[in-house]
Amino acid sequence: MTFDYAPAPESRAVVDIAPSYGLFVDGEFAPASDGKVFKTVSPSSEEVLSEVAQASGDDVDRAVKAARKAFEKWSALPGAERAKYLFRIARIIQERSRELAVLESLDNGKPIRESRDADLPLVAAHFFYYAGWADKLDHAGYGPNPRPLGVAGQVIPWNFPLLMLAWKIAPALATGNTVVLKPAETTPLSALFFADICRQAGLPKGVVNILTGDGSTGAALVAHPDVNKVAFTGSTEVGKAIARTVAGTDKKVTLELGGKAANIVFDDAPIDQAVEGIVNGIFFNQGHVCCAGSRLLVQESVQDELLDALKRRMQTLRVGDPLDKNTDIGAINSAEQLARITALADAGEAEGAERWAPACELPTAGYWFAPTLFTGVTQAHRIAREEIFGPVLSVLTFRTPEEAVAKANNTPYGLSAGIWTEKGSRILWMANKLRAGVIWSNTFNKFDPASPFGGYKESGYGREGGRHGLEAYLNV
Amino acid sequence: MPITVPAYGKEAAGRLASMADVTADDGALRRFLHGLPGVDAVGLQARAATLGTRSIKTTAKAYAIDLAISMIDLTTLEGADTPGKVRALCAKGVHPDPTDRTAPKVAAICVYPDMVATAKEALAGSGIHVASVATAFPAGRAALPVKLADTRDAVAAGADEIDMVIDRGAFLSGRYLAVFEEIKQVKEACVRPDGSAAHLKVIFETGELETYDNVRRVSWLAMLAGADFIKTSTGKVAVNATPPVTLLMLEAVRDFHAATGVQVGVKPAGGIRTTKDAIKYLVMVNETLGEPWLTADWFRFGASSLLNDLLMQRQKLGTGRYSGPDYVTVD
Repeated sequence: MTFDYAPAPESRAVVDIAPSYGLFVDGEFAPASDGKVFKTVSPSSEEVLSEVAQASGDDVDRAVKAARKAFEKWSALPGAERAKYLFRIARIIQERSRELAVLESLDNGKPIRESRDADLPLVAAHFFYYAGWADKLDHAGYGPNPRPLGVAGQVIPWNFPLLMLAWKIAPALATGNTVVLKPAETTPLSALFFADICRQAGLPKGVVNILTGDGSTGAALVAHPDVNKVAFTGSTEVGKAIARTVAGTDKKVTLELGGKAANIVFDDAPIDQAVEGIVNGIFFNQGHVCCAGSRLLVQESVQDELLDALKRRMQTLRVGDPLDKNTDIGAINSAEQLARITALADAGEAEGAERWAPACELPTAGYWFAPTLFTGVTQAHRIAREEIFGPVLSVLTFRTPEEAVAKANNTPYGLSAGIWTEKGSRILWMANKLRAGVIWSNTFNKFDPASPFGGYKESGYGREGGRHGLEAYLNV
Repeated sequence: MPITVPAYGKEAAGRLASMADVTADDGALRRFLHGLPGVDAVGLQARAATLGTRSIKTTAKAYAIDLAISMIDLTTLEGADTPGKVRALCAKGVHPDPTDRTAPKVAAICVYPDMVATAKEALAGSGIHVASVATAFPAGRAALPVKLADTRDAVAAGADEIDMVIDRGAFLSGRYLAVFEEIKQVKEACVRPDGSAAHLKVIFETGELETYDNVRRVSWLAMLAGADFIKTSTGKVAVNATPPVTLLMLEAVRDFHAATGVQVGVKPAGGIRTTKDAIKYLVMVNETLGEPWLTADWFRFGASSLLNDLLMQRQKLGTGRYSGPDYVTVD
């Protein structure tokens, strides 16, 4: 007998999903004004989880008005008072973390191991972190008594539904703004549960409003004349449309867009840990990570050794039921995304790169893509240039540090990068040359609320997280 | 399960011989050991922690518990050890659970050299090995002839396996070749008059070597010198086996096997007391080295109190209820 891990599914009983949800406006749940709804499904089984309201332009207007009204009182509160609410929210998130983790895995398809051990602890940490700033804004370096902007219109993606909500809402509330947030169409549930947490925390009505809907809802929110600040995380394509919409207005805007990060491995790297970092860099969250290390740049002299080790490691990745505590890679979030990943991987093969994936059985229902590696990739291949947003790694090689820098920077994006070497001086030299917002050394995909995050070039502008993240919500 | 002694193929022996020049002199050995890939401490610890979160339930847990029992080197290393105590331990090794004869027997009984004959006699016909800590265990601070005599004495008394400690002082001061030569000579002292040899386990006392880079270097050093097993620690110092150190040694064994074709076993020792911990180690073996190492031939637990927790968990799986410490034997 071999050591097969028996299934260890996390119980679904801890989460109670209602058959339908309305929009959360001014502290109340209500159906969309025109009664439109859409379904949200579990990507691992295609099971319909619930029905949510499709917010119309009128609903957007109603939500922005509620937020505007709440802004007067909320922004006038002493920082310490706002902090109390944020601390309360953070604690409720911790108390309900198991429930939220299961919900997130159901709605998003990500493994419970990650929603439990990465997403939820970070969500709580962001609220705790910005709760701490709420009464210290005078000391944040933006002058005495910096003022909030007003109503923030926020649109977030489906890869980390609750974490992106935390990145958006926590700093907005800490600085005295009120919020209208639209979660992604395929993953609306955790934001609706968050609305319930706001009520549980006694947050004043209208401070946080949640509008579910598709791209048209997001577009209406961004274009609303009474929104003072737009914050968006998502694709570069939509980001450009938003930038065009707000151009010429006095709206402040931050955009966190796509990426095609280089993960650079030198011949003196700690090989075993580099392999873990590569795996974590591209297969974490099924590769649905804007800062994913999707381009592996490996020094030619260790290419064979590293790729052997990487393939061996990939064979131990467990793909399957997201609620199984031993699952490493869950489901692709939607049929559309699966089609996009499949098309780009096929393009990689057609353009002459060599495709490899470990033998793994994929479930029949739901949307699945095996962890995949492409070798022999060049800068000219589409899979080296376009963001795939899936578990697909493109391997390129380099010979010298200068070449590594040149190749790493030769991309329209600039969100993140990773450097693997035992030589500290080389890490510092490279970090100065790489055009990316976040540079990890001898690690990858590490997040902390105290650390700013954001990109160069087509990866967007503005920073979230840390003290820098306050600036985007203050009139400075 | 019967325990076999490895027989390396011709090809493996050839590949190992081709590495002989890395041990030609102190400089060559130093260059080789310092040329091994570095270890990033944060990354290593994170990987060990992640493997520790695997959730092992029902049939997998039952399998793991029996496997862990069969891999135990049941140990008594007290100044106060008596023949009676050793015989009691041997009896327990043969039938760990007196109420349930389906419980597997342990891999070996580990004692001081002067108790080897007693253990050998008590275990006659059981198939359980007698392991003995030799070479001035646990400090290893004696002259080489004394260590070799200690080893020969244990082997002559019938020890099937010798657990030697390395000279940490020599290693830390960079005299790698001295450590290498000592392991080689002890390995030669393990040879019996009939040409067969006791299995050699080399103890690093990783808690005293401290850095992960040192652990990787000493692992390669011992394997090059002919260790059949590499073992973390004596159980006699503050820091003994830890998951990151064991994972690192498993990785070294994997790389050594890839380079030479020679399979080497791993034995974490000291401080592993619970079923939960033991299963975490088995998961590490499973996901680092895989099935070929998931037997008592290639992986051991150096432990004295682990067995009772495994037995209690085994009873719990069988009956659905926890029994308690009075339902397992104290030895």
